Amino acid sequence: MLLVPCPNCGPMNAADLSYNGESHRRPDPKTCTPEEWRTYLYLRENPSGWLLENWYCSSGCRRHFKIERHTLTGELRAPVLPGRKPGATQGDMK
Amino acid sequence: MGKNKPPAKYSAAGLLWRGLRKQSWPRVWREPEFKSTYDVVIIGGGVHGLATAYYLASNHGITNIAVVDKQYLGSGGSGRNTAIVRSNYLTPEGVAFYDRSLDLYNSMSNDLNLNVMFSERGHLTLAHTDSALRTMNWRAEVNKLQGINSSVITPAEIKKLTPSLDVSADTRYPILGALYHPPGGTIRHDAVVWGYARGADAYGVDLHQKTEVLDILVEGGSGPEGKGPSGKVTGVRTSKGDIHAPVVVNCTAGWASQLSNMAGVTLPITTHPLQAAVTEPVKTFLPTVVVSGSLHVYVSQTDRGELVFGASVDPVATYNMSGTLEFTEELAGHVLELMPGISKMRLLRQWAGLCDMTPDYSPVMGPTPVDGFYVDVGWGTYGFKAGPVSGEQMAACVANGTTPELIKPFELSRFTEGTLVGEKGAAAVGH
Ligand SMILES: Cc1cc2nc3c(=O)[nH]c(=O)nc-3n(C[C@H](O)[C@H](O)[C@H](O)COP(=O)(O)OP(=O)(O)OC[C@H]3O[C@@H](n4cnc5c(N)ncnc54)[C@H](O)[C@@H]3O)c2cc1C
Ligand SMILES: [Zn+2]
Repeated sequence: MLLVPCPNCGPMNAADLSYNGESHRRPDPKTCTPEEWRTYLYLRENPSGWLLENWYCSSGCRRHFKIERHTLTGELRAPVLPGRKPGATQGDMK
Repeated sequence: MGKNKPPAKYSAAGLLWRGLRKQSWPRVWREPEFKSTYDVVIIGGGVHGLATAYYLASNHGITNIAVVDKQYLGSGGSGRNTAIVRSNYLTPEGVAFYDRSLDLYNSMSNDLNLNVMFSERGHLTLAHTDSALRTMNWRAEVNKLQGINSSVITPAEIKKLTPSLDVSADTRYPILGALYHPPGGTIRHDAVVWGYARGADAYGVDLHQKTEVLDILVEGGSGPEGKGPSGKVTGVRTSKGDIHAPVVVNCTAGWASQLSNMAGVTLPITTHPLQAAVTEPVKTFLPTVVVSGSLHVYVSQTDRGELVFGASVDPVATYNMSGTLEFTEELAGHVLELMPGISKMRLLRQWAGLCDMTPDYSPVMGPTPVDGFYVDVGWGTYGFKAGPVSGEQMAACVANGTTPELIKPFELSRFTEGTLVGEKGAAAVGH
């Protein structure tokens, strides 16, 4: 079982969260080309290693957050709420 | 299929002769010497890579080929799948493609001179909701138009076919009907891998096991290190040394993104594990393959009598192939909804394999923005049944330098052009 720490609720069973995959910067839909938009929608790095991901605490506090996870070992780093930089410590997020 | 067949080696007479003289069998394929130049390098010794090599040799006379695998042949999804084949997909593109694969599977035991144990036992996809039933009807009509044997049947007819299924109306997920596809069935997956490997080897293709590709060599690309779009592939760096080749084909399924990233080509793929499990053997009682999308489970009985179960992929992307207890618990619960009678059966083992999932549940095949670098990936949970036709078409694509009609809809460029081939309705738990 994968335990994912929600910044609000603490460790949650991954099955109780929604996994929204790789975190990418969304291009501005008003100015980007269709190709840029589709690249954002579909193309993925999909590395075997550390990856910044989006999660949604669907059966807890209903907040979106980001977390770095190692896709081979399952290790996790501290989660961050949107707008913060990854690598921040738990204390920064209060 | 093959224009010129490799020499047949296995026969009843040969078996008798060797048996009487107590002769041992020769190695099935050579352990070739490592060469530094080939015409084509195929990365991945699964059914897709081996079939591509085999058809390049048999249909196009290209034999100076290396197939490299970081482990042993069939160590990926090709040796881990639940061996289900069918062609009742949802889109006309998908149907035409998978139907060609079934044709090739039908004649494979003869073509490869190896019994692949094709058991055409029929395939049932259950509908538990009105909307699922609607999709089944849609699929049946698309299938019929293409001449595929496929129809929607009633719970009473399902009961007749497979008496062990609980079709009563008072269950939590009542069975409202099913899409019935008589040509679907199972094939022994290891035999398919070995058959193609043996066939390719007979034509002189070099099969390099325990040879990991560490980098893909590209010149003149617009990305970092001269890789990426408008570059030209020149070979691969492996754990045994460099290989120079003007053509490199990526057939690495779950690892496809890693390999493509090495060439500077980003794929629309995420890697998820798919788990499966098998029970102790019992007397034959389940005549067809049974799939339930709503219950995320499918089951068939092997010739030895074991029940083989599969599910849908684990939702979180990972390259880790450990099995989980959640999977077995959920699986057992769902199987018993369908077949309450088997509650005393014991599971023997469970395992997982990596699946390369695409957003539209269709593969990615053909050329890439890097000249000479081809992909045959994105096979997700449905790539075993597609092995033969993929190999045949990829071989034609590489040999002729143009993408054949049958795989044109699956080119990588569809993602930036926005022309996806939505097969989710037929492939999500479909197998
Ligand atoms: C549990 C399970 C059940 C399934 N059930 C079905 C089913 O019933 N029907 C169906 O049609 N499909 C099914 N599938 C899907 C099917 O198994 C795959 O789509 C198919 O086997 C893919 O074949 P392949 O040859 O493309 O890749 P694989 O067989 O996965 O081969 C890829 C190879 O690439 C090698 N490789 C990776 N990285 C490197 C590297 N750096 N250098 C060299 N080699 C490398 C690996 O070692 C591996 O051998 C199932 C999959 C799983 C996991
Ligand atoms: Zn929460």
